[in-house]
Parts: sequence; C-alpha cells; structure tokens
Amino acid sequence: MSEDNSTVPFSEDGWSPTAFAKAAFLGIVLIFVVTPLIATLLGGLKSLGELRTNPFGLPQVWEWENYAGILGSKRYWQLLFNSLVIASLTVVITLLVASMAAFAFAHLHFFGSRMLLNYLTMGLLFPAATAILPMFIKVRDLGLLDSYFGVVLPQVAFALAMSILLMRRFFKDLPGELLEAALVDGCSYINFFRYVTLPLSRPILATVGTITFVHSWNAYLVPLVMLNSDSLYPWPLGIMVYQGEYSTEWHLILAFITLTILPTILLFFFAQKHIVAGLTAGSVKG
Amino acid sequence: MTALSLRSDGSGKLTTLVLFLPPALMLFTLFVVLPIGEAAWYSGFNWNGFGVPVNWIGLDNYRFVFGHKAFATAFKNNLLIIAVSLLVQLPLALALAIILADRFRGAVALRMVFFLPYILAEIATGLIFSFVYDGDYGLLAAIYRVFGAEAPHLLASSTTAFPAILLVVVWKYFGFHMMLFIAALQGMDRNMVEAARIDGATRWQVLRFIVIPTLYPTIRLSVFFAIVGSLQLFDLVMPLTRGGPADSSHTMVSFLYNFGVTRMRVGFGSAVGVILFVVCVTFAFGYKRWIMRDE
Repeated sequence: MSEDNSTVPFSEDGWSPTAFAKAAFLGIVLIFVVTPLIATLLGGLKSLGELRTNPFGLPQVWEWENYAGILGSKRYWQLLFNSLVIASLTVVITLLVASMAAFAFAHLHFFGSRMLLNYLTMGLLFPAATAILPMFIKVRDLGLLDSYFGVVLPQVAFALAMSILLMRRFFKDLPGELLEAALVDGCSYINFFRYVTLPLSRPILATVGTITFVHSWNAYLVPLVMLNSDSLYPWPLGIMVYQGEYSTEWHLILAFITLTILPTILLFFFAQKHIVAGLTAGSVKG
Repeated sequence: MTALSLRSDGSGKLTTLVLFLPPALMLFTLFVVLPIGEAAWYSGFNWNGFGVPVNWIGLDNYRFVFGHKAFATAFKNNLLIIAVSLLVQLPLALALAIILADRFRGAVALRMVFFLPYILAEIATGLIFSFVYDGDYGLLAAIYRVFGAEAPHLLASSTTAFPAILLVVVWKYFGFHMMLFIAALQGMDRNMVEAARIDGATRWQVLRFIVIPTLYPTIRLSVFFAIVGSLQLFDLVMPLTRGGPADSSHTMVSFLYNFGVTRMRVGFGSAVGVILFVVCVTFAFGYKRWIMRDE
C-alpha cells in the first residue's frame, strides 16, 4: 500500500481488523451524508403518493414532469438570473476594490498603513447580522432598497476584510525584484499593478472570486432584509416562497431544491481546487 | 510595453494611494463600521425606523432583551451548538481527516463528498432536512413505519426541534473542519511518524503523541471557526423551524430577525445586535490572546 516514503500512513498498515473498522466507519458517514441528498434528487422524480410509500428507493414511475415543469417556468430562470447578477456584481466589485487596497498595503509603505489594515480586518470579527437593522436604514436612506446594489454593496463590504488579507499576502510573496526593476525603469505603481501584479495573481483572484461567489450565491439574510420585490429575489429567497406556496407537495419542492442546488454542485466539481483552498484559507494565515 | 509612465515623479505613489485606498475604506466604513456604531446609538431609543429617533429610553432595550424568555433560550441554544460542535463534530472531523489524509483509492472522492454539504446553501440544507424530518412524507417517518411505529413530528415539538437542528449542523459543517485537518496533515513531516513506527510505537501512540500534538494549532483554529460560526447561525433555522415552536429553537440571530427586523423594532433589534457584537468581539480577542497566542 505504501511503496514510496511520502505516503507513510498515519495509522494504517495493510488489511487488519482496524482496516475493516475504518471502512465501516467511512461507510456509515458516507450513508449519513449522501442519503438526504439522493433522496432529494429521487424524491423530485416521484409522485406525492409514491413519495409517501417509497421515499428511499428508485421511483416506480418516473415523474419527469416535476422537473420539466420547473425548468419550463419563468420563475425558476428569473431566480437563477437574479442570483447570478447579484453574485457576479459582488465578485467583480470585491475583486476590484480589494485588489487595489491589497496592493497599497503590500507595496506602498505609508504612514498609518498598519493601523488602516487593522481597521479593515475588524470586519472578520463579527457577522453582518449584528448591524443588519442600521444597515437596512442606511441602504434605505441611500435609495438602494429593493435593488441589486442594496444587496451587493453590503456583501462587498463584508467580503473585503478576508479578500484584502489573502491578496495582500499573495502580492507580497511575488518576487520583490520585479517591482524594484520596474520602478528603476520608470514604471508607475499603477501600471505595475495593472500589467504585472494582476496578470501574475490569477490564482488568488480565482480563489477569492470563487469563495465570494459561493457566499453571495448562498446568502439569505442580507437579500431578505434589503429586497421586497419577488422579481428581484435570488434563489434562496425564491425557494422559501415556493415552499410556502406548495407547503406539503414535497415532490415539487424536492425537484425545486435539486434544480437550485445543481449549479452549486456543478461549480464545485469544476472549481473544487479554488473552493477548498479559498474556504479553508483562513487556516493558513500567519 | 507601452506601460511606462512619463510622469516626472515616475512612480506616482501618492496618486496610487489616493486612487487605491478610498474605495475599500469607504465601502467598509459605510456598510460595516458605521452601522455598528449606529446600532449602539439606536439601541437607546424606542424607534420604528421612520423619521428620526426621538424617544430615548436609555438602557431599557437591553433590559427588555435580557428579560425576554426567548432570548435566554436563544443564548442557551447558541451554547448548545458550540457544545455539539466541540464534542461531536470536531472529533468526527478529526477521525475522518486522519483516515482520509492517507492515499488510497477513493480517499479524494470521499473527501469531496464529505465537503459537499459545506458549500450547499443553508436554506437548501434546511429544506432538505425539513423533508427528512417530515412526519408524513419524510425519510425518518419511513424508517418508523418499517417498525410499525407512529412517526414523530420532530420539528413540531419544542423538546425535539432544536436537537433536530443540531444534527443538521453536524451534517453541514463537519466536512469543513475535516478539510482543515487534512490540509494540516498533508503539510506535516511524515518522517517522524515513520521513525516512531520503526522504533516500535503502536498506531495509537503515534496518533496520541505525534499526529495530534502536531495538529494542536489547527484544532485551536477549528474551535475558533466552530464558535464564530455557531454565533451567527441563522439561515439554517429559518427553513426548519423559524425559531419555533413556541420560540424553542431560536438562535441569537434568528431572535434578532424575528423580534427586531420583522417587527421593525429598530432599538430593540439594535440592542440584540450590540450584544451579539460584544459577545463576538470579546470572544475573538480573548481567544486570540489566551488560546492562540503562540501563532
């Protein structure tokens, strides 16, 4: 099992009773994790009557209409569109604003930079919920209530702290000679940022962008408080409304859930590396 | 490259600062810092959010919050989440990480599957489990029927609703903590493990005296995330119970939403926010100072 030294296992040497215990443990956890997900997927393919008698198994009659009906409705696409607009705007503005600030903190030594950075990282200490009411009043007074930007700007503001920290560290780790050489040659900081730093920083931009996207895509509280019109709802709000309307028609609700988490799952499989790196990134900060 | 600046001062450091810093500082100040300060100010008023706050009532809102039975329950529930995170979720995540950090066929796939619940939206997760727990159509009900028993409506009883939510918390978040541990284990020097094994250490001794001590910093971090996360739990509660029945399953944030936001009691809700803020910040500073001081 372990031919090369880098894979010396922590706890295992070949097949033994322990190995079986381990496999059983993994199996139980696997069942615990996937059963609700698979039952949700399959439940959307059953009729309500069958769901009651056969919630675990494959459908006896495959009710494709549940899914087809939702996919054919304007409502579903409107929710995904709203979520996509909100998440994309949040990502673009966060990347732009955070990368500029991170560049300043990484390369421009100025009086008070340490203090300002500490000021921004305060944002890591408490959740948006603590100030949700004053935030609502602020967004209202700015005339942004019930608009995409009323959701986007607070989300950006709360994403900034972590984004700036991650990017600043990445920028600092880029070879310092690059900047020195560019400055000697008369390149300005702004051009260096634009033509050297940003192109070299694709990995961190992808990571920060992906986690910001996932957070915004899944967000509930801020849109719930800032939006009134159904036509602007992102999908987490929309699905709660849907569930309210179809309260006990679980087959439809399950189909709707499946179709709304599908984009997340697809994104996860295509951007696994960035998602795992980004979401566990807090753990490596020095 | 045409990117060379022709400006006489060359680098344009001041211009860059003036352009690059204000957007972040302004957004952060406007939507994060000011609202916190305003929450402290508003919490002194009895105010419905319209016009300007005039009805100053001093610390009465805080007295109302602390005197509210549902707030005591919510606070206790937040502590329960922390307890379950530390006593159930963390050991589970650690055990899985130790197994799955090894390379074997399927290890990477299992890691990904276990991490998957973490990236699902809380709202979707809550709805999925309100199906699982449903007394008529749910998975749990089906299991009860196999044994010919009457299925309980877990979410409809004030004694079982919150424990049911706790299980969902474990389901959703253990994979995140597992990934933290796996990342740490993969960065670990395995020569120590190998040397210990050659010297005759048992598997348990290797875990107890080498692997787990190496993980202490990560464990401290994982505990930090678990506690911070539990203090802000809200989205999961809404689709499952909305804090009910009889306000038995509120968290502090769902209490804030239910009694402050939906009723537009700005002063009262702000007082809850300020309390939550103080708890979070005190905890974060205390933890960083006393527990994570070596890092």
